[in-house]
Amino acid sequence: MKAKFFSVTLLTAGIALTALNAGARTLIQNKGSDTLVNVAQAWAEQYAKIHPEVAVAVSGGGSGTGIAAMINGTVDIANASRKMKKKELKLAEKHGQNPVEHVVGYDALAVFVHPDNPIKSLSFAQLKQIYGRKGKFSKWTDLGVQVPGCKNQEIVLVSRQNNSGTYAYFKKAVLGRKGKYRMGTRDMHGSKDVVDLVEKTPCAIGYSGLAYATDHVKMVCVAKEDGGPCVIPSVATASDGSYPIARPLFMYTNGEPQGKVKDYLDWILSDVGQCIILKKGYAPVNKISCE
Amino acid sequence: MAGASGIGGRGDHHFDRRNLDWYIDRAVQALVFLGGISAIVFIIGIFVFITKEGMGFLLETVDFQEFFTSPYWYPSDEDAPEYGILALIAGTASVTGLAMVVAIPFSLGAAIFIAEFADGRLREWLKILVELLAAIPSVVWGFVGLTIMNPLIIDLFDVPVGLNVLNAGIILGLMAAPIMTSIAEDALKAVPDRYREAAEALGATRWQVIFRTVLPAAKNGLLGAVLLGVGRGFGETMAVLMATGHAVNLPTSVFDSVRALTATIAAELGETAVGSDHYQALFTIGIFLFLITFLINLTADLIVRGIRKS
Repeated sequence: MKAKFFSVTLLTAGIALTALNAGARTLIQNKGSDTLVNVAQAWAEQYAKIHPEVAVAVSGGGSGTGIAAMINGTVDIANASRKMKKKELKLAEKHGQNPVEHVVGYDALAVFVHPDNPIKSLSFAQLKQIYGRKGKFSKWTDLGVQVPGCKNQEIVLVSRQNNSGTYAYFKKAVLGRKGKYRMGTRDMHGSKDVVDLVEKTPCAIGYSGLAYATDHVKMVCVAKEDGGPCVIPSVATASDGSYPIARPLFMYTNGEPQGKVKDYLDWILSDVGQCIILKKGYAPVNKISCE
Repeated sequence: MAGASGIGGRGDHHFDRRNLDWYIDRAVQALVFLGGISAIVFIIGIFVFITKEGMGFLLETVDFQEFFTSPYWYPSDEDAPEYGILALIAGTASVTGLAMVVAIPFSLGAAIFIAEFADGRLREWLKILVELLAAIPSVVWGFVGLTIMNPLIIDLFDVPVGLNVLNAGIILGLMAAPIMTSIAEDALKAVPDRYREAAEALGATRWQVIFRTVLPAAKNGLLGAVLLGVGRGFGETMAVLMATGHAVNLPTSVFDSVRALTATIAAELGETAVGSDHYQALFTIGIFLFLITFLINLTADLIVRGIRKS
């Protein structure tokens, strides 16, 4: 009898505690872009220190994942490294959602090769011949370089899965609106996987957000025009717009943000939040000064 | 149940029995019946579900000729999405084909050894080991492909990337072999001993008995085993997703990366908006896969049943 009473008390206490917790703590679901996932995580951690009553749950998976979750109504904030498509907006409307767009930073999309690869710069036209369907360059020798350690000099194309915002943006920027990727690209599931594979493969070329660069891969200098001046990707060249494949990074909310979500977004766009994104290797929205 | 004839006759005594045992009996009967038909209910349920989800695409968006003959699977393109599964079919078929090349000699050899040569303890141990092998989760096989086979293939064949048809084919072959071994062994065991005795009486050696008498007699069962292995290959997802390199490609050699039908669904379905064209296209692939594996399993089943009858 005593034992039973005890367990009932415990159960009641447990329920009461859970209820209390739920009342005190707000959970913000944040999902999407793989490019943004690291910085979103950093934001969430810092924010938890200032506002312990708000918990932000961050997960990646790609911009398409976040946008799909927004359409399906399962997240509060969707991260995206591309704009929502018209079709997606229509679908969201059909599901009773009203996505509102917020620019939270800028990212330079770097082109990576193996450190042994002697190539210095690539123009958009050359990238198109490498990545585009019916492109003519399938060997590194076509570009006039010999890559040591790459047996047939065959270019190993590393790309991203087709719901990735990086995938979509690279296609639009480099291959053009009507452009198509070549068949046979290895479609990686995350930005980090791209860098990992390029690091291990002398023949490879890949693209990812600048923030994923490591010492074991080489970033190619990118030129918009053939023979024109090329620009090395960096936070500075992304902010001043001189790097040709820089793109805005978005957070989408359902309707104008309110309450805790609004506070969180305002904090992200404040100097504190923007200094965090800068530290992670992205360009902030406004000119700011950080220590 | 025998008590049923006594209803209305002798009163309380029978009534008591009916109260207890009769109800339990009925309940168990119903339970067993439900269990028996549940397989059919689930199959029909699943088929109805995937057809319902994929139907919109099948009826409105898809161009069947493009769907089956275009190698371009680029469903997320904003302006002109392409839904061609030829490259995915080629990927699945090439990997499954190579897997069978690997698995058939292995599993037939193992089945012949277990059924005809091993006896006593060795035989029991082998059977247990084969079953254990079949129980290894496919994601673990995927690990093997990713971390052991990948660098091995790069070193041995001097190719840039080791995630390709060869890698996935070997992994899938090893995965399918235990199941094929079990079924093939059953088929060999089903050959009556009098066949062997008759052959031996005619002076045949042990090899001659096996190759000229037992294998031809078990032909159908062995074919069934191979077909079930093919079905397994078509349906396998996780290991194939990890070992193929996941590249939409029409392979020209075993060192090309490919992408399988199943892996495409697994990688993309969680990331599409419910009801979008892309989502429905993935379900259409699901219908296609369902029909293929259904046909393969049905054929295998009919062949195996065929030997039982004769």
